Amino acid sequence: MSEEKQSELEIIARRIRSRLVELSHQARAPHLGSALSCVDILTAAYWGCLKIDPAAPDDPLRDRFILSKGHAAPALYITLAFRSFFPENLLDTYTQDGGSLAEHPSPGCVPGLEAATGSLGHGLPIGLGMALAGRIQERSYRVYCLMSDGECNEGSVWEAAMLAPAHRLENVAVIIDYNRWQATGRSEEVMAIKPLKEKWQSFGWSAYEADGHNIGQLVGLMSNIPDGSGKPVSIIAHTIKGKGVSFMEDDNNWHYRIPTADEVNEAKRELGTLTP
Amino acid sequence: MRNAFAAELTALAQTDPRIVLLSGDIGNRLFNEFKERFPARFFNCGVAEANMTSMAAGMALSGLRPITYTIAPFVTTRCLEQIRVDICYHHVPVTIVGVGAGLSYAGLGATHHSCEDIGFLRMLPGMTVICPGDSVETRLALHSAMKQDNPVYIRIGKKGEPVVHDEEPEFTIGKAISLRKGNDICLLSTGNMLPEAAQAADLLETKNCSIGLYSFHTVKPLDEELLTDVFDRYKIVVTIEEHSRLGGFGSAVSEWLTDYAPHKARLLRIGSFDEFMHQAGSQSFARKFYEINAEAIVDKTLSLYKETIC
Repeated sequence: MSEEKQSELEIIARRIRSRLVELSHQARAPHLGSALSCVDILTAAYWGCLKIDPAAPDDPLRDRFILSKGHAAPALYITLAFRSFFPENLLDTYTQDGGSLAEHPSPGCVPGLEAATGSLGHGLPIGLGMALAGRIQERSYRVYCLMSDGECNEGSVWEAAMLAPAHRLENVAVIIDYNRWQATGRSEEVMAIKPLKEKWQSFGWSAYEADGHNIGQLVGLMSNIPDGSGKPVSIIAHTIKGKGVSFMEDDNNWHYRIPTADEVNEAKRELGTLTP
Repeated sequence: MRNAFAAELTALAQTDPRIVLLSGDIGNRLFNEFKERFPARFFNCGVAEANMTSMAAGMALSGLRPITYTIAPFVTTRCLEQIRVDICYHHVPVTIVGVGAGLSYAGLGATHHSCEDIGFLRMLPGMTVICPGDSVETRLALHSAMKQDNPVYIRIGKKGEPVVHDEEPEFTIGKAISLRKGNDICLLSTGNMLPEAAQAADLLETKNCSIGLYSFHTVKPLDEELLTDVFDRYKIVVTIEEHSRLGGFGSAVSEWLTDYAPHKARLLRIGSFDEFMHQAGSQSFARKFYEINAEAIVDKTLSLYKETIC
């Protein structure tokens, strides 16, 4: 990717982060750290890799992207809005009574949303179903599934991990937002998640490690699906929970904490989005 | 019932290219013909029911008509959350088929009994619950289910059950099938208890009772029109199911009755009691254990009948 393109995407990512902090404050909604963690992955996917058309969100040939870590829903909502799937002012209704944007996404709540998530460990199995459907219907779209490292606690993830290589689902990619935190502890202390890349390899996947905040590197890996190995692809994206706001980075209090008005301003100052 | 299911499914798949069969590592020879004719539409998903269920939802979201199939407790309660979230919340046309309903596999032990599935599944928003009474109804139920645009659970027995219907009845989801009409006692049977219920009806008629008998194959949605009719006409209405008395067909009818009382008839609910069976034994032993076999149905019914007419 050109430097120009990369810096363009970095600006988008900063805008998404800024809106996330605002929305968390406005809506008094948690999971800000988890949402900030995966912004660069979403940016790489939606601006650098996915074959999608906001004007035709139900195109049967489109690439599918499933946010399996549904608690990062506001990051996806903002991404889809900025990517013109729906008007940005709809974001102001996030979590409001009777609105379409809940803290975890409901089925079909906005154009471009592929699956309702929130209960962890569902996205990859759903994605495999979509990939097998594509094979039956002779459509060559790709399926991307963004999971959290905590989500890898779920047994259904590993059921799916065993099935996909058996069916040579090379058009499937998992991206793991490996921020090393889950709700109440270090992910490697709660469960023996390490060595994560080797786990996926031993399950028959083609596995890569990446800097989960290097948009150029993420675009490179995520665009290269299938990767020629004949296997599904797992990208272990090393990330920082709360990325982009210094006082939130790697501080797990921001799994649930809501930023104050002052903190919103400080965050926006850091992100370069504070308008004087 | 399972052979009828496999045969009907194979026939349906011939005309509907959206039909996909997902099996939880079961029914090896049962699906030979399906696999030979439609190899791209059969998936042995292994012993991983959660993944199988969510995959079916993903397929349905992509325009297909998947069927998930394995032993009843494993295709329902094992992966209940996947059914709830991925199938029901998305409201997609996945048909879940559980083989070995109730005590069909009694001998395998209580791990393989399924006496709670109707309760769990009928609570899920948008789910249709069908319990065919014999192999004829199994074919018809599957045929009807594949025309639905919503989630369906079909609960079937095993193989070799008696066939109750001499000829093909009219089958509509949500409409019970009349087998016998009477005045005193009305037996409403759901699922694989139908032959047992028919036997009970025969025995009760020898006691000079006038008996009605229905195959109440759809537990959700309930045939409320029929319920209104039989609760107004008969003295006793008996629900019969190979399922717990808690949460199943009898519970559904009693909920309905509470909402629409008063009615003339008394309700008697035949179903398994709130206990696991720890003993080994055949299906007929298990039905006797849980006091749901024809003799127990007759005894309980006559006891209430005497109380009612005195």
